[in-house]
Amino acid sequence: MSRIKELFQNKKNILSIYYTAGYPGLNDTVNIAEALEQAGADLLEIGFPYSDPVADGPTIQASSKQSLDQGMTLKLLFEQLAALRKRVNIPVLLMGYVNPLLQFGVENFCKACVEVGVDGCIVPDLPMAEYEELYQTIFEENGLSNIFLVTPQTSPERIRKIDGLTNGFIYLISTSATTGQHLQVSEDTESYFSRITAMKLNNPTMIGFGINSKETFDKACQYANGAIIGSAFVKALDPNDLNGSIKTFMQKFKQ
Amino acid sequence: MSYFVNDKGYYGDFGGAYIPEMLYPNVEELRQNYLKIIGDESFQKEFHQLLKDYVGRPSPLYLAKRLSKKYNANIFLKREDLNHTGAHKINNTIGQILLAERLGKKRIIAETGAGQHGVATATVCALRGLECVVYMGEVDIERQAPNVARMKMLGAKVVPATSGSKTLKDATNEAMRDWINNPVDTHYIIGSVVGPHPYPDMVAIFQSIISEETKKQLIEQTGNDQPDYVLACVGGGSNAMGMFFHFIDDENVKLVAVEAGGKGVDTGFSAATTFLGKEGVLHGSRSILMQTEDGQVVEPHSVSAGLDYPGIGPQHAHLFKTGRGQYVSITDDEALQAGLLLTQMEGIIPAIESAHALAYLEKMTFTGKENVVVCLSGRGDKDMDTYMKYFNL
Ligand SMILES: Cc1ncc(COP(=O)(O)O)c(C=O)c1O
Repeated sequence: MSRIKELFQNKKNILSIYYTAGYPGLNDTVNIAEALEQAGADLLEIGFPYSDPVADGPTIQASSKQSLDQGMTLKLLFEQLAALRKRVNIPVLLMGYVNPLLQFGVENFCKACVEVGVDGCIVPDLPMAEYEELYQTIFEENGLSNIFLVTPQTSPERIRKIDGLTNGFIYLISTSATTGQHLQVSEDTESYFSRITAMKLNNPTMIGFGINSKETFDKACQYANGAIIGSAFVKALDPNDLNGSIKTFMQKFKQ
Repeated sequence: MSYFVNDKGYYGDFGGAYIPEMLYPNVEELRQNYLKIIGDESFQKEFHQLLKDYVGRPSPLYLAKRLSKKYNANIFLKREDLNHTGAHKINNTIGQILLAERLGKKRIIAETGAGQHGVATATVCALRGLECVVYMGEVDIERQAPNVARMKMLGAKVVPATSGSKTLKDATNEAMRDWINNPVDTHYIIGSVVGPHPYPDMVAIFQSIISEETKKQLIEQTGNDQPDYVLACVGGGSNAMGMFFHFIDDENVKLVAVEAGGKGVDTGFSAATTFLGKEGVLHGSRSILMQTEDGQVVEPHSVSAGLDYPGIGPQHAHLFKTGRGQYVSITDDEALQAGLLLTQMEGIIPAIESAHALAYLEKMTFTGKENVVVCLSGRGDKDMDTYMKYFNL
């Protein structure tokens, strides 16, 4: 069974952490993954940086830029990740924008993921139609999950379609926003989450965007199988005490 | 061969809508409605009325006699510089504001490079009483100061884009982020034939008035609606697409698109996309863009803020790849000299963007019989600072 499937079968309140590869130090990528697993993370999303991250707020823009300035590339990331499965057991996804992936070649990308033990990816600006027509077979042949986003404005028909296309989980964006803002669970948000629950989708769901505290994490877990923390974690990373800052951050969520 | 968009939003290999899910409902709403709205009789009536009485169209097609003599051809200038606000950009913003109103939008956002599109957007927002936010790179805010003041006076909020090269590409990123964060009440008026489908097609349709008028004017002035060449500069490519639109299927009309070579195509300071770029995805469409081997977008350079962009619209990529269009480049120096030349031979100070198209005349050879139309996309008022510094005026 795939690592992702197994996780969702065995666990509730799944804590997933997003961070940018090659940040704060170029070679921190796998160290952070290992420290996160030890500190209790259930799932990891490693961002491969892009020069023009339109869906991201200031924190992830800045970490992406620093990583690129330090020399990060997809090729280098896969070299770093060669050590991943010696040190990390939890499922790992790669998250990034479509252009670097296209230049690397989708097929090469999928093969490289399998080789290093990455379980799937999230590519927010890869459209569903193009995925279905051009890339789905390649992903499936390689046993990789491709995770799609859903927002409060996504229509029920489209959610059904996404549910049929994916085989990991569905990424529920809390409100239509760029990353790094504070989740406010209004009546609208609650009715959106409840609407999704009532759809009884095939795939489990994770809530992301704006999860930055134990309180917002717990709130999200009421409506989904877990939640994803990104900017708040990236912001908390201390280059002078990487392991310490990761432990301190994770303790807040593990109480 | 079709050079226009198909029902999937593609021009050959280029186009599409590569956008995050957060933008999907807005873009989809637009896709489903734009042709219906534009085709509507009341829309057409209002659009053309405003183009006539507010913008001052039709813009003249002017036979530049002294320039014609110098180059040994009949050089016609399509005078988009005479439009209200000083460039072709207003053709598109008039169209899009009418469309936004019909979609019930209350707030308008835009990106701008030279500030011409920002001014044109702020203008139509003032005209219709809509809130307006314009994103502009910090570098451009500095080099296009008069336009920043105009936007502010028109009531727009000008927000500096401080990431990356702090120019047009970064302003576009910020506008897209704004749209993601305001998914319901906001319309994004993109200023060129770039972005996710249906933007490239929609903007081209609004700008196509340029070639529609040119054809009629050519008949009146030469008896033949088909010139030998049409030339236009390309940033994202909207004035060029407007200039090409009704000539695209006239295969004996040569289409010449002039990119910004910056300090020279091979200097590392250039915005000549078809020379330096590869196929990829930028700002929501598959096109040609300047990028590293790893797919990171390269920061472009041009003396002209409106051409300082690392991509071109998908329809241009298609015209380039199929060979229907000829894509060439002109350096900063060549463009500035051509700007001075037009000023002193015809008494017209062109925008530095448009001066790129004029500069290419220098590299062409004529036999005295050819009819050549150059799109004079804008006037040079906004560029006086740059001209003054360069020529020690
Ligand atoms: C006068 C003028 N010409 C040309 C351009 C370039 O844009 P496009 O390639 O979309 O026509 C600009 C952009 O600001 C402009 O102001």
